[in-house]
Amino acid sequence: MARDVFEPGIVPGRLEPQNYVEGFSDLHPPLDEHEALVAADRCYFCHDAPCMTACPTDIDIPLFIRQIATGTPDAAAKTILSQNILGGMCARVCPTETLCEEVCVREVAEGKPVLIGQLQRYATDHLMAQGVHPFERAAPTGKRVAVVGAGPAGLSCAHRLAMLGHDVEIIDARPKPGGLNEYGIAAYKTPNGFAQAEVNWLMQIGGITFRHEIAVGRDVTLEELKADYDAVFLGMGLVGVNALGAEGEDKAGVANAVDFISELRQSSDLSGVPIGRDVVVIGGGMTAVDAAVQAKLLGALNVTLVYRRGRDRMNASVFEQDLAASKGVRIVTHAVPIAVHGNGAVREIEFEYVDEAMKGTGETLRLQADQVFKAIGQTLLGDGLPDLDGRKIKVDGTGRTSLEGVWAGGDCASGGDDLTVTAVAEGRDAAMDIHTTLMGAAG
Amino acid sequence: MADLRSDFIGIKSPNPFWLASAPPTDKEYNVRRAYEAGWGGVVWKTLGMEGPPVVNVNGPRYGAIWGADRRLLGLNNIELITDRPLEVNLREMKAVKRDYPDRALIASIMVPCEEEAWKAILPHVEETGADGIELNFGCPHGMAERGMGSAVGQVPEYIEMVTRWCKMYTRMPVIVKLTPNITNVLYPAEAAKRGGADAVSLINTINSITSVDLDLFAPEPMIDGKGTHGGYCGPAVKPIALNMVAEIARNPETHGLPISGIGGVTTWRDAAEFLALGAGNVQVCTAAMTYGFKVVQEMISGLSEYMDEKGMTSVDQLVGRAVPNVTDWNQLNLNYVAKAKIDQDLCISCGRCFAACEDTSHQAIAMSEDRTFTVIEEECVACNLCVNVCPVEDCISMEPLAAGATDLRTGKTVTPDYANWTTHPNNPSAKVVEVEPAE
Repeated sequence: MARDVFEPGIVPGRLEPQNYVEGFSDLHPPLDEHEALVAADRCYFCHDAPCMTACPTDIDIPLFIRQIATGTPDAAAKTILSQNILGGMCARVCPTETLCEEVCVREVAEGKPVLIGQLQRYATDHLMAQGVHPFERAAPTGKRVAVVGAGPAGLSCAHRLAMLGHDVEIIDARPKPGGLNEYGIAAYKTPNGFAQAEVNWLMQIGGITFRHEIAVGRDVTLEELKADYDAVFLGMGLVGVNALGAEGEDKAGVANAVDFISELRQSSDLSGVPIGRDVVVIGGGMTAVDAAVQAKLLGALNVTLVYRRGRDRMNASVFEQDLAASKGVRIVTHAVPIAVHGNGAVREIEFEYVDEAMKGTGETLRLQADQVFKAIGQTLLGDGLPDLDGRKIKVDGTGRTSLEGVWAGGDCASGGDDLTVTAVAEGRDAAMDIHTTLMGAAG
Repeated sequence: MADLRSDFIGIKSPNPFWLASAPPTDKEYNVRRAYEAGWGGVVWKTLGMEGPPVVNVNGPRYGAIWGADRRLLGLNNIELITDRPLEVNLREMKAVKRDYPDRALIASIMVPCEEEAWKAILPHVEETGADGIELNFGCPHGMAERGMGSAVGQVPEYIEMVTRWCKMYTRMPVIVKLTPNITNVLYPAEAAKRGGADAVSLINTINSITSVDLDLFAPEPMIDGKGTHGGYCGPAVKPIALNMVAEIARNPETHGLPISGIGGVTTWRDAAEFLALGAGNVQVCTAAMTYGFKVVQEMISGLSEYMDEKGMTSVDQLVGRAVPNVTDWNQLNLNYVAKAKIDQDLCISCGRCFAACEDTSHQAIAMSEDRTFTVIEEECVACNLCVNVCPVEDCISMEPLAAGATDLRTGKTVTPDYANWTTHPNNPSAKVVEVEPAE
């Protein structure tokens, strides 16, 4: 029997078992064959299609949709995966409403885009369900490359390098590969262990080994990697969490949203994940929304997402904001946290309202809270890294860093949005440049 | 609401929508449902001669092609004429006609090409009270192998001969149903007229294979690994049927011969098009087989509304209205010049017009950096391909150039005068225009 929803504190099992199943099931159920054909038929096969231009990985979207429409979803999947080896995950987590589907001519004309993301999932699921890996490894080159980080950037880079015949060793600080796909994305976007299934499928290319729970800087240095491998790709993401800068933020009950999501994703029984009665999430990005929505799905009575600017400035897309609202999350804008109140544990959090110029108005807001999640951005941590551009590793268009033989991509590198699909593109492009560099040197 | 009552060669029906001779009209149960749904007339499924009836296959009789969302666009069938005994059909026809005296009931007939066979069956049909007969010279599969159906319809002399027998042995009006599986529909139509036919009906179905099973390497529909050509019908055949109807309507030899239009009639608009091209009424099959008998209600309301808008008070006022505008290519005005025009407010920038024109036509559409598509009048020949491939209705139109304007493609001034190929200087057999000497 579930607990009383009014029970204060951070406790597990607020809901009946079926509530967890329903809440955390697929956000977008997969299209069946007929639905896919109908959806594919809406594509106009545009000339020089805007959707393709909008895709960070340049997937030939009109072509793959036509391949679905003509009954060859596996050919469609190959079109997708040849550009984006994590096309299955991107189909699930891409903010398509701000990428391909935003510029779909049917979105512009009718407000109803072709369901590009769901069609991409249909095609990639169709291929992966057969356990088929559509790419073959080239003859071994004898070159060895270290890839740091088994997230989207690292996996993409590793796969492309392996396909080109290089031997790749992926090093990751976590016990499981996948990076944010495995630890950092809302469960309802990628249920049923898809992240691990996709990694296993990707590894079928061969030539990739995975060394887990090894952190660069702690267990091995970048210098050592440079010495031991022909090239190094850094794709380790951001592990530091920004502080609120509010008085009393060290009180119990104040946690990092990424840690909460990670714990939830690794939980085998969601009813065992404790959640507060009154939860406040601070931030305006995807992580903030993922944390807020999942807090609600775990049975929190009140969930408030507080962002310091207006909704139009939130990194979370309008779709994500609406999703949060539809789940019962209250969104408060133009408020910054100034103090966390409570005797040892958080009881209330106090905000000050600010104007568009982020200037305090003097007006304050106090929210009851037994749990506060910080989601105001993450930072790159590490010593002996290549030169930075701001707070990220400085890279050129092909991912080259200031250090010879070291490339970088994904969230840890400068340039591009912090999106899975951008990380995949950067990893892939760096791999191509590593390949050119290594083979040029050999020849 | 316009008066839709129809009088086709003396056969009266409350509306011009008849069900064609086909599976929907094979027995009393279906025909009663059709009349209840509102159909003006029914051409009963083709009757054969007395004795053991034909047999049908016990596997798929139909094959199909589909558009988006499995909208059925074309259907083909390998079903034969009625596989029920003649006397059963006759008994049911009589019962139905007795209960629905205001509806048209036509008997479709197909017996061997022998005078005695036709002479024998006609009195039995007459006895049912049927309003007329339709001679099935069109069925292209199965029966044709036995010297009937389209095997007769492909030989004008046979059409004339059998029609004459029928006119001799019955007082009922005779409609001759024509096959499209010929080179020129005018020969069979003229033969029917010579034989004394009261009307022709067309088209019957078209020889076809709908698809090939690429695992079994056999055509569809397939019976135990083999397939045979069937008769194609449905929306896909409408353009072929419209042309054949128009050819008969405008041909001096057959002009005025009543036509029952058949072939892909799915909506009131399709029906109105057949009527405008000279059909006195229409027959429908695939639309009913796809959606059920209720579709006739939309046809009735739609045609009625259209006629009201046009101020037409009877179906006759629509029949043949477009026939004078069907002509030969050599009569088209070569001085008429149009140019494509793209409505930038409606354009959704898909670029299909550009791809089509750039790759396959006249390179007459320009594309800008910001995906604005504009017509290059110097290159545009007004072929209409951009209009046809544009997914937005009315976004691209063909605008005629006014007399006196300059055609930027040719540099010539548009003249208001009509001139066609027969007098064109490039035509080696052009006739010299005779100019009347001034008085």
